Amino acid sequence: MSNLGIKNIQTKISYVLAALCTILMIINLYLIFWVAPLDVVLGHIQKIFYIHVPIAAMSFLAFFLVFVFSIIYLVKRSEHWDRLAYAAGEVGVVFVSVTLLTGVVWAKPVWGVWWTWEPRLTTTLILWLIYIAYIMVRSYAPNRSQGSLYAAAIGIIGFIDVPIVYYSVQWWRSIHPSAVVGPFAESGALEPIMAQILLVSLVAFTLLFVLLFNQRISVKKQEDLLAKTLEFENK
Amino acid sequence: MWALEIRLSLLMSKNIQSIFIMIKKDLLLEFRGKDILVSVPIFGFLLIVLFNFALDVSPNISNHVAPGILWVSFAFAGILTMNRAFVRELEQGGLEGLLLSPISRDAIFISKVLSSCLFMFVVEIALLLALTIMMNIWMFSIVLVVTVLLTTLGFTTLGTLFSAIAVQTRSREVMLPILFFPMVIPILIAAVEVTSEVIAGQFIGIGKWLPFIIIFDALFLLICPWLFGTVMQE
Repeated sequence: MSNLGIKNIQTKISYVLAALCTILMIINLYLIFWVAPLDVVLGHIQKIFYIHVPIAAMSFLAFFLVFVFSIIYLVKRSEHWDRLAYAAGEVGVVFVSVTLLTGVVWAKPVWGVWWTWEPRLTTTLILWLIYIAYIMVRSYAPNRSQGSLYAAAIGIIGFIDVPIVYYSVQWWRSIHPSAVVGPFAESGALEPIMAQILLVSLVAFTLLFVLLFNQRISVKKQEDLLAKTLEFENK
Repeated sequence: MWALEIRLSLLMSKNIQSIFIMIKKDLLLEFRGKDILVSVPIFGFLLIVLFNFALDVSPNISNHVAPGILWVSFAFAGILTMNRAFVRELEQGGLEGLLLSPISRDAIFISKVLSSCLFMFVVEIALLLALTIMMNIWMFSIVLVVTVLLTTLGFTTLGTLFSAIAVQTRSREVMLPILFFPMVIPILIAAVEVTSEVIAGQFIGIGKWLPFIIIFDALFLLICPWLFGTVMQE
């Protein structure tokens, strides 16, 4: 019965999280489309920035989590850590896909092309390919435990590879807009109101990430339970 | 640094002997079966011929496209070589035999890397000769051969790990390139850059690309044996 109690609390937490996320996302959209000032040079298309940047940040966070959980899984060999790594990887692939799509939509009117082989774009594309492979190897493995091991190896090497990919492609010219927030930002690159709205958006998308991550873990847990029950009944 | 010391001391011990025995085994298998050293160079040569038609290589652009043709051919030929590395072991339960034998996983891994590297290097020398003749560019400068050797070492280090993984999955021939190509893109970029500089007779960028390749090799020579050991546990 105590187990059921924990489950109830978890369900409640995820409901609260979903409600919070919805409210914040609505506020966020309001801020982006009604409050945020129109960019002088870029016009309306600049608003995609408030969605593109937080989602890109979240996808990098996701792959960092995959890296950490994969190492813990290889050391501890408990299914729990594998589930966490898997959930982070899957949500990460979704986020990276959205990052690429919003980037493409932005690039066409601003740069005049859908795609260009610029370092950050190229790195993100390679990142996407690596984590597609990360998800694929699980379903192509002969059994679950081997799939988890192989995926962990790819999750670790993939993450180590990301900075190497970035530096190798950076030695070509970069035309991506340079960092406007964070430690490398030039001062005055972003209006204060824009920075505040970006911050709200970042919080909203972080919440969305946590929500999806949490949901994926519990679904994965059910999947594992079902697989085990079926295996038991077949014997 | 400690990781490096452990690996080195490990290599210094009697593992060296077992590594040589396993390389000898791979060489013997290759000389009996000849399934890499005959078919892969022919495949690579075919790729060069195909590129000639696809890109319509005339003498005035051959300097420009040769590095790309060279490294795409090497990468595809390398994928075939890496696929063979463990498929051969899988037939008749050779892999289980290897894993059960009292040889450390590191030694198995290093021997596989070295034998694949050797096979690939022989194939690459043959392809360099073919390119020298077909595209009228002298390919055998010291810098280029050293670059080819170093790149091949990094390529086979990562390739051996992914080959060991891919060989156990369904549709392994497709899985290996899907897993492997995104990861080796950096070293291929570096190799293409060095090659185009050498062909153009410039040596400006080599000072940063060659160390890049060496760092790549060293990094994955440290990480991959550990991952191979943890992944190959049955």
